[in-house]
Amino acid sequence: MLRNSPPGSADIGALERKATQLRRHMLTMARGQGQGYIGQGLGIADVLAALYFHELRYDPHNLAWPDRDRFLLSTGHYSIALWAALAEAGVIPVEELITYGADNSRLEMSTLDTTPGVEVIGGSLGHGLGQGVGQALGLRIDRSDARIFVELSDGEMQEGSTWEAAMSASHFKLDGLVALVDCNGIQADGPVVLDMEPVAEKWRAFGWQTSEIDGNDMKAVVGALAGARERNGQPKAIVLRTLPGKGVPRIETSEKSHFFRVDVAQWDGIIAEFENGAAR
Amino acid sequence: MSGAATKAGRTLAMGQDEAAGGGRQSVEAPFGRALARLGQSRPDIVGLTADLGKYTDILPFRDAFPDRFFNVGMAEQNLVAVAAGLARTGKVPFATTYGVFATRRAYDFVAIALAHSNLDVKIVAGLPGLTTGYGGTHQAIEDLALMRMIPGLTIIDPCDATEIEAATEAIAAHRGPVYMRLLRGSVPVVFDAGYRFEIGKARQLRDGSDVGIISTGFMTERALDAADALSKQGISAGVLHVPTIKPFDAEAVAAFAAGVSRIVTAENHVIVGGLASLVVETLFDAGIAKKLTRIGLPDRYIECGAVPTLQAKYGLTTEAVIAVIIALVRTTA
Repeated sequence: MLRNSPPGSADIGALERKATQLRRHMLTMARGQGQGYIGQGLGIADVLAALYFHELRYDPHNLAWPDRDRFLLSTGHYSIALWAALAEAGVIPVEELITYGADNSRLEMSTLDTTPGVEVIGGSLGHGLGQGVGQALGLRIDRSDARIFVELSDGEMQEGSTWEAAMSASHFKLDGLVALVDCNGIQADGPVVLDMEPVAEKWRAFGWQTSEIDGNDMKAVVGALAGARERNGQPKAIVLRTLPGKGVPRIETSEKSHFFRVDVAQWDGIIAEFENGAAR
Repeated sequence: MSGAATKAGRTLAMGQDEAAGGGRQSVEAPFGRALARLGQSRPDIVGLTADLGKYTDILPFRDAFPDRFFNVGMAEQNLVAVAAGLARTGKVPFATTYGVFATRRAYDFVAIALAHSNLDVKIVAGLPGLTTGYGGTHQAIEDLALMRMIPGLTIIDPCDATEIEAATEAIAAHRGPVYMRLLRGSVPVVFDAGYRFEIGKARQLRDGSDVGIISTGFMTERALDAADALSKQGISAGVLHVPTIKPFDAEAVAAFAAGVSRIVTAENHVIVGGLASLVVETLFDAGIAKKLTRIGLPDRYIECGAVPTLQAKYGLTTEAVIAVIIALVRTTA
């Protein structure tokens, strides 16, 4: 069964419900371990819902299909979001999510490509975009119209290799390559430590067709993805302004949301807070 | 080092190399020719470089297959990342740069983007050891040591034009990541056409009992010439050529070492972390305790200069190998 081929008109409400479901999965995972990169995951849930349930052309039962669109999660520590999407898409069992981050689980805290549905080893930041460039070149040689979507983060733009890759993508006119730049404003040491603004202007200056949106607004996300479909000789960048912890006020406002750890007892309150918001 | 060589010696232009010595025949760009030949029957092979196509002999492939060749500019991390991406779409990329850049500059990419996923990428690295007069920035004198630490990476240090062509074919047929040192330009022919290269196999090229020379890369050429000269002086020197640094042919090394009185290692590389260290580890593991002398580069940065001047100064010549062995035999009778 092929998913989303080609993407038709989007049911925004249905996609929003998918995003809520992804967040619910993530909270289940984080609760199981009492910790995790939940802030980042909740922030990017809308984008992953739009990709896996609308934009990407793929077959969850034939992951090696050569003509599949590929989603590369460069920030491997956002794995919690990817596991949620892959479970909801039917690639991995939902029941397995509870093993997130546990010893011997294949749902690691940082992605390794031994887990089904993982296209690249993320985690060493600055690796994803260049590998996306290589995959796009390979697809071009094969005359495939499949596209490559690479998620990377604002902090990751501080790695020089990101810009090496950005230069080469526009040089090679890789118009089937879409960079999803998650700007959530946090990095390991806290709020972004090295100013990367103006982000969109940087991508434009490197030759990318660039849009900038609220990454937690499903209609805007779907619209930006549709706007990135044109094969016009330019790679595409979508600058996503996202809120870490989106959907759970006490995580949204936490200074520690790069890596979130709370007592087991508090998870019930967090999940209640989320479900109250989701019900509204 | 002769006085005449000192007077005439000077650092050449980048990309220019001193004429191959030893009166041997040579072949132009054996790597590029072999790769272009392979490209005919292997549409999955693609070529990449980081602004060093001209200097790494890959242009014959580019000229034959322009649609399968990508120059990513001066960006070695991206060179390796792009190669990894191509490999994930079923291509077999050959990526060229200098050894210093492939190792020191792109190390995390080689380790994580390639080796961790066992991707089918071949890195072909110019200017190994002391083959350039451009000093520490360009001389990859510790590349074997660095790359040895990467799990699953195959590492080749070929001796001559014959071996480069054979190794290019062998690594194209091998599935998995490879780091191969490149001898570029006019490369001497040391081995005859009957020489067989096999990944992971050492080759005993001379029998001898007084001393056993275990060598890799172009130092095997010096070792063979030294063994010939020493035999005229009544010293019997065997030569074991170890072109594959990883996986290391420990069995052949231990067997060879068991049959000689003394051991000399010879490599175009620092004497820590490379061939010498591998041999010592192997002999220790096998319980073989013998006098061993290491020929190679010191653990320091090396200056600019003419390559023959530098090779003479740092002991990478046939004369230096002969002198080390004579001294060793005299002091350990």
